[in-house]
Amino acid sequence: MTTLAPTRGAARLHAAFEQARTEGRAAFIPYMTAGYPTAAGFPALAQTLLAHADILEVGIPYSDPLGDGPTIQRASEQALAGGTSTRHSLALVAELRARTDKPIVVMTYVNPIYAVGPREFMRLAQRAGVDGLILPDLPPDQDLEIADLAAEHGLAVTFLIAPTSTPARVALVAQACTGFLYAVSVTGVTGAREGAALGEVPAMLALARQHARVPVAVGFGVKDAATARQVAGVADGVVVGSAFITAAANGQDVDALAASIRAGCVR
Amino acid sequence: MPLTLPTYPQPDARGRFGRFGGRYVPETLIPALDELETAYAAAKTDPAFLGELDRLLREFVGRPSGLYLAQRLTEHAGGARIYLKREDQNYTGAHKINNCLAQALLAVRMGKKRVIAETGAGQHGVASATAAALLGLSCVVYMGAEDIRRQALNVFRMKLLGAEVREVTSGTATLKDATNEAIRDWVTNVRDTFYILGSVVGPHPYPAMVRDFQSVIGEELKVQHQALEGRPAPDAIVACVGGGSNAIGIFAPFAYLPEEERPLLIGTEAAGEGVDSGRHAASVAGGRIGVLHGAMMYLLNDDEGQIVPPHSVSAGLDYPGIGPEHCLYAQTGAAQYVPVTDAQALDALQLLTRLEGIIPALESAHAIYHAVELARTMRPDQTVVVNLSGRGDKDVAEVMRLLSLQDPVGETPGQLLSPSLLSEVHA
Repeated sequence: MTTLAPTRGAARLHAAFEQARTEGRAAFIPYMTAGYPTAAGFPALAQTLLAHADILEVGIPYSDPLGDGPTIQRASEQALAGGTSTRHSLALVAELRARTDKPIVVMTYVNPIYAVGPREFMRLAQRAGVDGLILPDLPPDQDLEIADLAAEHGLAVTFLIAPTSTPARVALVAQACTGFLYAVSVTGVTGAREGAALGEVPAMLALARQHARVPVAVGFGVKDAATARQVAGVADGVVVGSAFITAAANGQDVDALAASIRAGCVR
Repeated sequence: MPLTLPTYPQPDARGRFGRFGGRYVPETLIPALDELETAYAAAKTDPAFLGELDRLLREFVGRPSGLYLAQRLTEHAGGARIYLKREDQNYTGAHKINNCLAQALLAVRMGKKRVIAETGAGQHGVASATAAALLGLSCVVYMGAEDIRRQALNVFRMKLLGAEVREVTSGTATLKDATNEAIRDWVTNVRDTFYILGSVVGPHPYPAMVRDFQSVIGEELKVQHQALEGRPAPDAIVACVGGGSNAIGIFAPFAYLPEEERPLLIGTEAAGEGVDSGRHAASVAGGRIGVLHGAMMYLLNDDEGQIVPPHSVSAGLDYPGIGPEHCLYAQTGAAQYVPVTDAQALDALQLLTRLEGIIPALESAHAIYHAVELARTMRPDQTVVVNLSGRGDKDVAEVMRLLSLQDPVGETPGQLLSPSLLSEVHA
């Protein structure tokens, strides 16, 4: 783990990873789509997750989420139908920020950033108290301006690596991350999977750690305490998304699920 | 003459046409795109690959497609001579087969056994299924539920050819969503699957590769126009644009010529019920710069970046973006993009059918409409070439439905045309 902290957001994220590490855990990073299940219902759901989270990831709902599976896509469609779009998502984050000191990262596809305008988007995100951005469809060599503008506004950036990433790509992506590095556990889109296994993850992480100046989190397919424990054994952070949306959609106890998965994040 | 694939000054080494294009995709796909780029670069100059492609284009597809002087249409317009580049003569009925066979050959060369494709009108799906059957590949085609309704015949053709057609119900259930699903499939199965992308859209190298494979249209045109008119370049070329593959195929061989040698290049965008109606698919006229399906381009999206559902009478033009090379042409003025409405396209479809005995695809009818308007303003010693990208068989049921809405009794088929066109046809 690094002490390099080029931005306020990065410093806060790194502190959260460090705190979890001293407690013998991987950081627990639950995800929720902004405006899901409704704009009015989102704050309570987010607060439930925040109570257990080290870092909260909030997704900006998007009409064409290429990297997401059906669960998050449906959540996005529902949030958009309820009127939650880009600016409104950041307003929802600002409401959460008023109630918590924990780091919040925002996951967004690039088109909402371009539509709002990269500088304006960063300004709004900074004002909402966002600590970092996760950019699933922006390989870092595509657009260097986004990362520069984020840094200018105190925000950390997170890019993704995948099991298909070559050593050269892992190095490039890892060095571009200022928040944390997000390793995708499988080839595929987001979503809980039956029989998910770590497979190629340990080798991918070993390679990533040679280059990353930041903590490394793993996501995609983590759905319960058992899968969280597997991931926590090799990663600095565990990201869980679709499982919470499914639980909320089915009227299950999200609080209990979050508590259970957090308890699974031990080393 | 052996087949060669042309070399163009765009895109740059990073896959950009000016600021357009690029690779905005999940990191999982980047190595696959690198692999594809390398494999394509090698294939492009390999005589074995080019020889096999050339043989298939001639013997299987039936190339070269004709360059046909539409005499009655020319008389009707009363101006420049109107030629039709007959991509509708290709086996499977459209230009799509040129690109599909080439990509399927590349898939075989890369050792992939499974191909996937997305389709709107079904022409690319049928062409992909055909190429897969020919080359012994398994094939899955993603298609929106709305398009499955509009194009039942093509769905059956794909199944008959052995492809699996997967219905997409997310989003608007049209081409955009079918493309999302195809990309998701590719992200998941990237190690053993080849994605046969159907237009000059998507992440680099697709827009460049599909353009190269479709350039056979414009290259043939040079030779044919030379033979008929004594010069390789016509005065104007008109082609319909959804994603834009038929248009780029006929434009690109001329687009990089010096301005004084370059024909007037015009892409017709689907204006649906009108660019001001909010129900259209005109990305240049009614969109703004954004990112979709891995590339930066003109795009129908709102001020918070959500994609605005497109509308067109033609399933094949019903796409919210336009290929990045077209975006560059639009920006530099190398080509112009004009909107043509559903109603105008329907009129043009009937006009060409009555005057020439050729039933065009609804996509191509957009180009026919503007070509007639344009030819009227030109001199009789000038030429306009329309890329007749496909034939209308697939659209006949939909056209019948739409025209019966105009004339529910159906007693007087001659009056299906708008009154002004009707009087001109029978004048």
